Amino acid sequence: MNRHLISAGDLSKDDALLILDTAEELARVSERSIKKLPTLRGRTVVNLFFEDSTRTRISFEAAAKRLSADVINFSAKGSSVSKGESLKDTALTLEAMGADAVVIRHGSSGAPHRLANWVHGSVVNAGDGTHEHPTQALLDAFSMRRRLGALDGRKVTIVGDVLHSRVARSNVLLLHTLGAEVTLVAPPTLLPVSVHTWPCEVSYDLDTVLAKSDVVMMLRVQKERMNAAYFPSEREYSRRYGLDRARFAKMPDDAIVMHPGPMNRGMEIAAEVADSSRSTIVEQVANGVTIRMAVLYLLLGGETA
Amino acid sequence: MSESRAVLEGPDIHRALTRIAHEILERTKGADEVVLLGIPTRGAPLARRLGDRIEEFEGVKIPVGSIDITMYRDDLRLKPARPLGRTELPADGIDGKIVVLVDDVLYSGRTVRAALDALNDLGRPTAVQLATLVDRGHRELPIRADYVGKNLPTAKSEKVRVFLRETDGRDAVILMKGGAE
Repeated sequence: MNRHLISAGDLSKDDALLILDTAEELARVSERSIKKLPTLRGRTVVNLFFEDSTRTRISFEAAAKRLSADVINFSAKGSSVSKGESLKDTALTLEAMGADAVVIRHGSSGAPHRLANWVHGSVVNAGDGTHEHPTQALLDAFSMRRRLGALDGRKVTIVGDVLHSRVARSNVLLLHTLGAEVTLVAPPTLLPVSVHTWPCEVSYDLDTVLAKSDVVMMLRVQKERMNAAYFPSEREYSRRYGLDRARFAKMPDDAIVMHPGPMNRGMEIAAEVADSSRSTIVEQVANGVTIRMAVLYLLLGGETA
Repeated sequence: MSESRAVLEGPDIHRALTRIAHEILERTKGADEVVLLGIPTRGAPLARRLGDRIEEFEGVKIPVGSIDITMYRDDLRLKPARPLGRTELPADGIDGKIVVLVDDVLYSGRTVRAALDALNDLGRPTAVQLATLVDRGHRELPIRADYVGKNLPTAKSEKVRVFLRETDGRDAVILMKGGAE
């Protein structure tokens, strides 16, 4: 495996399966009374968050602590960054503190890639701009595999704001590597211009795709980014691209519903769909800690280069 | 290719396990409280075989599980991160039981030390014992086995490889002379 995890596209099928298999064993640790392993004792993991993301940060923090690593949380607000420090100077500061891994969330696409050139430790991308969020894709694949078995030939439909979604891009790349067939469904205004170069299908009609899907993943409508009239009204979006009860009924009986959270109930997903037994939304959170443990173990558990 | 020879063949392994099963029954007075935990990879099938053997002799079903020690190793930083094995505890757990750890080869003792640490996080057995198919000597820690299939004097340069039906398609213990990979 690579020393860093920047893009889901960097993972070979063997790498991806190793992470999923490792997570499968680590999931058992979460079920025991002592949920801690001594593996990363004496290693330091820095959570470097330039954007707020409580759930991703605490997920990485829990994962690192369960492996006995020391965790330093560094958020941009109220730090030297708000005083104008550059990313590179921040990186050198972390380097001097002896960080073995830096988990970075940044508003600019490509920031983790830059950071990886400046620090000696491993860099884990926890979301950069509208680019990628590889651990989210890994936990989604892990959640799918736990419910459905191997992903070869499975049909996954990703619905919603693909344009602003790092989750969608990472998922498309990883699921393609794992042999699944991905279809993106979105209004044309919410698809990136380059989407035809992605290894997936594109559709504008949710109803025809639903009936053939093993997995339906709903993306959050990011209201904070909806400033350019991408669709006429929330109501119209919800009618055409929301997963309501009627659409849910059209899905195959064993198909599952996913959402990376936080969700807008009543907008992209109906409350009763989100709470149904075929929804993996709560599992995805637990699986997030497990998959991040697997990633940290595989990046930091062995010899250091 | 340097020379190698089989020190135990299939029937020898069978006899050794039969004897260990009897010894466990004798030492634990009927094995009522015994839990067998195999250390992956090859300790796990050995533990299952011992469990089957004990059931055959006494008609009691012994809980059998496995305990992966990868995350507790003291040499993790010397090699790239390794894949994990399976930890599977019996439903009743290990609290108040006599745990017999089962491994294929006892060498430095470091694997057993790691297993003791792992056990510590899983519960509190009344006693922990150790069964091994081959004891090849060269201990680096104050650890000894309670049940030994075969004591095998070796040089440090030699290698001992255990093959089992469940994992390798055949039963044998092979001693490889120095330098063999």
